[in-house]
Amino acid sequence: MSATATQTARAAAAEADGPLAVEATDVTLAYHQRPALWDVDLEVPRGVLMAIVGPNGAGKTTLLRTILGLLRPAAGRVRILGRPYRAQRHLVAYVPQRSSVDWDFPTTVRDVVAMGTYGRLGWIRRPGARERRRSLAALRQVGMESYADRQISQLSGGQQQRVFLARALVQDAEVYLMDEPFQGVDATTERAIVSLLRTLRAEGKTVVAVHHDLQTVAEYFDWVTLLNVRRIAAGPVAEVFIEENLRVTYGGRVSGIAGGHANGTSPKSTP
Amino acid sequence: MDIFSDLLFDYTLRTVALGSAALGVVSGAVGAFAVLRRQALLGDAMSHAALPGVALAFLITGSRTPLVLMIGAALAGWVAALAVIGIVRASRVKADAAMALILSVFFGAGLVVLTFIQRQPAAGKAGLDRYLFGQAAALLEVDVITMAAVGAVAVLVLLVLWKEFKLLSFNPDFAASLGYPVRRLDVLLTSLLVIAIVVGLKTVGVVLMSAMVVAPGAAARQWTDRLGVMVLLSAVLGAAAGVAGSVISTTAHTATGPTIVLVATGLVVLSLLFAPRRGVAWARIRAWRRRRLLALEAVLGDLAALSAQHSREPDHAHHIAALYAIRGRAVVDRALGELAAQGLARRTSGDAWTLTEMGRERASRAARLRATQAGAP
Repeated sequence: MSATATQTARAAAAEADGPLAVEATDVTLAYHQRPALWDVDLEVPRGVLMAIVGPNGAGKTTLLRTILGLLRPAAGRVRILGRPYRAQRHLVAYVPQRSSVDWDFPTTVRDVVAMGTYGRLGWIRRPGARERRRSLAALRQVGMESYADRQISQLSGGQQQRVFLARALVQDAEVYLMDEPFQGVDATTERAIVSLLRTLRAEGKTVVAVHHDLQTVAEYFDWVTLLNVRRIAAGPVAEVFIEENLRVTYGGRVSGIAGGHANGTSPKSTP
Repeated sequence: MDIFSDLLFDYTLRTVALGSAALGVVSGAVGAFAVLRRQALLGDAMSHAALPGVALAFLITGSRTPLVLMIGAALAGWVAALAVIGIVRASRVKADAAMALILSVFFGAGLVVLTFIQRQPAAGKAGLDRYLFGQAAALLEVDVITMAAVGAVAVLVLLVLWKEFKLLSFNPDFAASLGYPVRRLDVLLTSLLVIAIVVGLKTVGVVLMSAMVVAPGAAARQWTDRLGVMVLLSAVLGAAAGVAGSVISTTAHTATGPTIVLVATGLVVLSLLFAPRRGVAWARIRAWRRRRLLALEAVLGDLAALSAQHSREPDHAHHIAALYAIRGRAVVDRALGELAAQGLARRTSGDAWTLTEMGRERASRAARLRATQAGAP
C-alpha cells in the first residue's frame, strides 16, 4: 500500500510546476507563552538547496521540527509536495542534530544507517540483504564504507555527521531536512557534505538545511530563508542574502558578510 | 557441595532458585533498555510506588493470589509513571524532582495502608510486609509460575518489537519522523519496565527492586558494544545475581532483596573494573606501565648525562644523591633496580652507580631517537 502511495505521490510531484517541495503557512508556535515562531511562511520550490539562517533562538530548529510533525504548531499548516506530512513521510528524509543522540549507544555504523530503511520496512520486519546492501552503498557515498562495523562511539564528530547523512540517503527521499549538518565538522566531512548536496540537487531533490555559518551560505546553497521568530526574507541567495536583510535578522550586529556578497567583494562567498 | 544437590532436590531451594532466575532474566533484559534510556530513577520511583498497589489490592480483594497483587502493583507503578510524565509536561517541575515527589508520596501512602492492614484482625494478612525487603524463602510454586508467565510476556514483546525499541532508545525524533507512534512505544516500553519490577517485588522488595533493573544492564554494558549481546548478557547476569543472592539469603537467613542487590552490585563493580577497554583497572594498569617506562628512560638519561661530564672516564660512578636531586627518591630507587635487573646499570660501590656498556648504548640510541623526533615536522 505504501509503495503505491509513494508512486502516486512521486507521479504527482513530477508534474511540471507541481506543488512546492515544502510549504508552511502562517506557522505560529510558542513555548511557555513566548513565541518561538510567529506567523512564519516558508516556500521551498522543488530542486533547490535552501539554507535557514538566523541567530540563536530564532526558531530555526523549531521550524524544521514543525515541518517534520515533531512539534504541533498553535496555528498554521505545513504541506510537503502538496499534502500533509503524514501522507508524505516516505518522501522525506531527516538528518537530526548530531548532538541530539547518545553516541555511546551500543550499536554499529551499519546498524545506524540501516535505521533509514525502517520507515519502508514498517512494523516488526527486520532489515534483510537488500537493506544491508543499500546501507553499504550509502556509506560508500559519504566515504565511510570501511567504518561499517565500527562501534559508533569510536567516530569523530565529522564521521558521526556522515553516518547520519548516509542514513538519510538510505531513506531515498525527495525532500531532505537537515539540522545543522555543517556544525563542527572537519574539512573532509565538509567537502563530502557539499558534494552530496550538489549530487542531490542534480538528481532533482530538495534540501532544506538549518545553517549557522553566514560566510558559507552563498557557496553551499542557492536559496535562503532569514528567520528570527518571524520570517525576515526568503528567496534566491543573490536576491535575499543582502546586508539590509541580515541587519534586520541579527539586530544590526552583522557587517561585511552579506553586503560583501552583494558587492562581490567578500573573499569566500564569491563563487 | 551440598547446596547443589539441595538446588536439585530441596523443594524450597529449587522454588527460590527458579523464581529468582525468572525475575533476573526479565529485569535484566528489560532493565538493559532502561539503562540505555536513562530511566533508572523512573524505575526506582515506580518500584516504590508499587507498594500501595500491593496493599490496596489485598485490602480490596482480600486475596493474596500473586497475580492479583502483581496487577495491583503494576497499576500503581503505572499511575506513578503517568503522574511523573504529567507533572513534567504540565508544570515547570523537572523530571528528577517530579520522580522524588511521586516516589515518596506513593511509598508513604503504601506504608500507611500497610500499617492499617497490620492492625486488622483478619487472618491471612501476614506476609505483606515482606514486600518491603523481599523474602525469597516465601516463594511458592504458584508465585514462580506467575512470575515466569508474566515475565515471558514482557520478554516476548521486547523481542518482537526489538527494532522499534532500539530505534526509540537511540533516536526517538528520527523514529517519529518515520511515522512510528513514539509516545505509544514509549508507554509500552515503560510498561514492560513496570512488569519487570512487579515480577521481582515479592522476592526483592519495593525498596531495592530498582537496583535489580539497573545493575545487570550497567554491568553488561561494560563488556560489549552490541545491543543484542548487552541485553542477553544483562539477562544472564540478572539471573546469576538473582539465584546466587536468593540461595545465599535462604541458607544464611539474611533478607533476600539486600543480598541479591549486593551480589548484583558486586557484578557491576567487577565489570567497571575489569571489562576490557572500558574497565577502570586496565586503564590504570596501562597508565602505570607507561609512567614506569618513562621513569626508567628518564633515569637512564640522567645517568648518561652525568657520565658524559667525564668523557675520559665513562665508567665514572655517581652517588645516588645526584640522581635523587633530579627525580625523587622512590622513582630513582625503583628505576635503578629495574635498570640493574636488565643489565643496563650497575652499582659500583655503596650508593654509587654507573651505566654498563649496554646501558650507554641504549641511552645514546634513545637520545638519537628523541633528536630525530624533535627534528621531524
